[in-house]
Amino acid sequence: MSAPLVGQPVDRVDGRLKVTGKATYSAEFQLPGLVYGISVLSTITKGRISNIDTTLAKKAPGVLEIMTYKNAMQLHFSSTSDAGQGKFAEKDLLPLQSDRIFYDGQHIAVVIAETFEQAVHAASLVKVRYDKQDASIGFENNKAKAYKPAQGSGSAESQIKRGDMTSGLQQGAVRVSETYTTPVYHHNAMEPHASIAEWKGEKLTVYDATQAVYGSQKLLTSLLGLPKENVRVISYYIGGGFGSKGFQWPHTVMTAMAAKLVNRPVKLVLTRQQLFTTTGRRGQTTQQVTLAADQSGKLTAFQHETMTETSFVDDFFEPAGKASGMLYACPNVNITHSLIRLNRGTPTAMRAPGEAPGVFSLEVALDELAYKLQMDPVQLRLVNHADIDPQKNKPFSLKKLKECYQQGADAIGWFGRNPVPRSMKEGRFLVGYGMATATYPGNRAKSSAKAILYADGHAEIMCSSQDIGTGTYTVMTQLAADTLNLPLDKVKIMLGDSDFPQGAISGGSQATASVGPAIRASALGALGKVIEAAVADQASPLYKQSKEDVILIDGKLVSRTNNSKGESYLQVMSRNHMNQVEAQAVTNATTRETSEANPAAGGGDDTATEESKNNPAVKADEAVDRKKYSFHSFGAQFVKVLVDPELGKVYIDKVVGVMDVGKVMNQKTAANQIMGGQIFGIGMALMEGSEYDPNRGRIITRDLANYLVPVHADMGSFEVKFIDEPDTLISPIGARGVGEIGITGLAAAIVNAVYHATGVRIRELPIRPEKLIEKMPAA
Amino acid sequence: MNPFKFSRAQSTPQAISLATAGGRFIAGGTNLIDLMKLYIEKPASLVDIKQLALDKIEVLPNGNVRIGTLVKNSDLAYHPLIMEHFPVLSEAILAGASAQLRNAASTGGNLMQRTRCPYFYDTQFPCNKREPGSGCSAIPGHNRENAILGTSDQCIATHPSDMCVAMAALGATINVQGPKGVRVIPFADFHLLPGQTPHLEHNLRPGEIITSVELQVLPFLAKSHYLKARDRASYQFALASAAVALDIQGGTIRSARIALGGVGTKPWRSIAAEQALIGKPANRATYQAAAQAALKGAKAYKDNGFKIELAKRTLVQALTKLGGAV
Repeated sequence: MSAPLVGQPVDRVDGRLKVTGKATYSAEFQLPGLVYGISVLSTITKGRISNIDTTLAKKAPGVLEIMTYKNAMQLHFSSTSDAGQGKFAEKDLLPLQSDRIFYDGQHIAVVIAETFEQAVHAASLVKVRYDKQDASIGFENNKAKAYKPAQGSGSAESQIKRGDMTSGLQQGAVRVSETYTTPVYHHNAMEPHASIAEWKGEKLTVYDATQAVYGSQKLLTSLLGLPKENVRVISYYIGGGFGSKGFQWPHTVMTAMAAKLVNRPVKLVLTRQQLFTTTGRRGQTTQQVTLAADQSGKLTAFQHETMTETSFVDDFFEPAGKASGMLYACPNVNITHSLIRLNRGTPTAMRAPGEAPGVFSLEVALDELAYKLQMDPVQLRLVNHADIDPQKNKPFSLKKLKECYQQGADAIGWFGRNPVPRSMKEGRFLVGYGMATATYPGNRAKSSAKAILYADGHAEIMCSSQDIGTGTYTVMTQLAADTLNLPLDKVKIMLGDSDFPQGAISGGSQATASVGPAIRASALGALGKVIEAAVADQASPLYKQSKEDVILIDGKLVSRTNNSKGESYLQVMSRNHMNQVEAQAVTNATTRETSEANPAAGGGDDTATEESKNNPAVKADEAVDRKKYSFHSFGAQFVKVLVDPELGKVYIDKVVGVMDVGKVMNQKTAANQIMGGQIFGIGMALMEGSEYDPNRGRIITRDLANYLVPVHADMGSFEVKFIDEPDTLISPIGARGVGEIGITGLAAAIVNAVYHATGVRIRELPIRPEKLIEKMPAA
Repeated sequence: MNPFKFSRAQSTPQAISLATAGGRFIAGGTNLIDLMKLYIEKPASLVDIKQLALDKIEVLPNGNVRIGTLVKNSDLAYHPLIMEHFPVLSEAILAGASAQLRNAASTGGNLMQRTRCPYFYDTQFPCNKREPGSGCSAIPGHNRENAILGTSDQCIATHPSDMCVAMAALGATINVQGPKGVRVIPFADFHLLPGQTPHLEHNLRPGEIITSVELQVLPFLAKSHYLKARDRASYQFALASAAVALDIQGGTIRSARIALGGVGTKPWRSIAAEQALIGKPANRATYQAAAQAALKGAKAYKDNGFKIELAKRTLVQALTKLGGAV
């Protein structure tokens, strides 16, 4: 049998298209009669528009129309909190429906002109006057107004209690109680958010840079009051999203409204500056962490209190305590969140929402505890290893975290270091090693797919799910090629079109785990139809075999008991004049706890056909009782840093990540995802953070020169390793996602390494030179 | 961007006459175009000077090295004469911007580049440099990246250039030509302190064009160094930087050149720091005394007080690298 393609480091199937400019991104469709929209944003923090004067702008060359709350169409709305179902990111602020301003940088008008340049120029001529009101500006200033969110609001359970904190704290011989902070982060995907809308009568097509075409379609139908069949959303290629394209933002429907207003197709691309206020961010956090442990290091109490921000038009918040109840075995736990409403745009999910800042503070606190206990930080984590999920009291589907620690420690030379702070040097640089645990849920959502086998020996498989740039086209091609015993170039995976069967949102690290089983089942369903034809065909060597006894080996349908008896399925198809055979599969399996309330969470609404219900692959997949298990990926992050003792500059020398993410579909794309997450972690640790003017609340880091993300020269060497053991409970393909876990723990590992190098403990990210030099006197 | 007229000068006199009529020179455009897109600069007329024969690096009969105003930053940084005689200039240029920008940016343009103060860059904020008399938003605002030397109650914007810091240390002279003929401006006099007129940034008169920058070859300048402190390793303006040159004979410093970047409202040459070095032994105590002298009079604002210590340490480290620490 030929070696499976799944698992191989297969090159991206769309790589050539991308590097030659032939992959068409959402802003790149050339439609006849296309005109350009430019959004105008508010410049006050709170109040009302008292006058919006478009006279001058309207007279500018090429201008077709200026859309404001005065002439924009009225929108309808029904709200959902599920991203896969089209969650509107700011449910209480439908665009261009009123004169109210809730934050600086809010959409207030769209200028539509024949050319991009004309639209940009005319947008500068729109004159707006406001009635200003007192706004809530600044996180620190508004802490007194913090409130506890309702359970289940936002994105996760907000308050978790187990055991008894008071007695847990008393049992502890050693205690750490510190405050950790993280600033506002912005996603800054390379591709800006962009939409092109074209109406043909009452039918609307939107090319949209979104992580959820189905969600985008669903929200558009709701807002515009259209039947579902009238709206099609396409997103064939996406230049990164990191969560910012997961929920739906106003520019998409504004583009459709503008196209209707001028009766022309309209393209609206948000500028880099506009992205900083109109497409979300990771909210700022202050986290109070208290740990208590006995002398053996066993945790007796753990408290994680997060204060974070939300807006006045929605209630999404950064659930920093999300992983805290699950990560370690501790009997007494108290996790709380409180929120401050600020006049800023609404925060949204950003790569590992919750885990990224939450695991940071927890893993730094554990490092502090390890030093207090004079215990190795790896050993402390082993002592507190959670063999089962202590929060849900359920076994993990598969957990190989101990192996991750061991392999990571070996790879970086952990046990060869001198653990005493500021004890190691290379030249004039201080050397430090740090580690942390990584974790992210093993999410899976409902998904559908349709497979078509053609008698000429190729296959097409369609699913509305998207490839956000991570390699979904590639790994699904590998999976389908294996399932059908076809070479890679005979399988065409078609994604990113709401006309296709509904697949999961490309978010929550769930696309592979959700879409993969549906694609596999649809391919097997189509193959099953060929088998049925073979066993009914007198000319086939498989005639009168039971169809359950026919299997596929090297492209041939053969009898399970006698592998030499059989023929290729293409022969069956051609002899039976089956030019094409198609099958649709809907897999309802999910790992979400809320599945009973909302079986479609993160996925589509497709109802299973009889054909799908009878598909043996679907049946076997859905027969697993996933409610009995807790699904999580784990990993260990190890970092070696060099610190300039005079200038306080931290250099990343080496990063090692060992990840337990189930089956690795493609070594190359998976390692690339983990490394990308780790680079996010380097940015988070050393330089990222958005700044707002303290007096006006207007963002001042609005471009990539001022919002610092790491550059190549900031990188050390990376070593990404996988345990690569299939999680057979999450799905038949055994893969959990890899998109987000790479960022988790990395900032903590760097902070811990900097402490080891310098003896200075940084608890407020990012670790900028001033924070180190303040505590490191010049030699 | 506002509509503007565009013309191409074929000769320096033509360029001067177009500029006298109100045109703004454009060469690499790496700063001006950005500022026009953001409505910070609104020139009615641009004069492209890229065709002028001002793109040579040559040795003059008096031994000076003359750098034409149109020499690209990359070409300047990698030129053998510069690398041999003025390594600090080569290092400073390569520490700035990105390869793409350095390939487009010109020498004269770099001298004319404007601050990256975020409040100057956003027309929604008052800014005395952009709109005289409107107020300074940086002083009560976020000012981590702002200046600590040469500030005034009207403006604390940092001069962003790395190249200029090296040129200040090297004691360059700037050759200009205008409607009334040619003149030479010493580097220290070219950029202006903000004072009460932060919108006035340089000493050029209407219609004047920078034709070249001239550097005197002194043997000790071949031993010079640029060190830049920042949050990330590339594509960021300096938090603090130091351009240094030392002439050490028998362990004693005979001559020295010191300029700081990232901390001043103009490229900041420190004669006081140079004086603190000359005649002293080349050791750490001397370097630290020079750093004290260089930062004397520095004024900290809300978020940038750390720059005083960081600049001192940057200067000491640069001097130590160059002169050793006996």
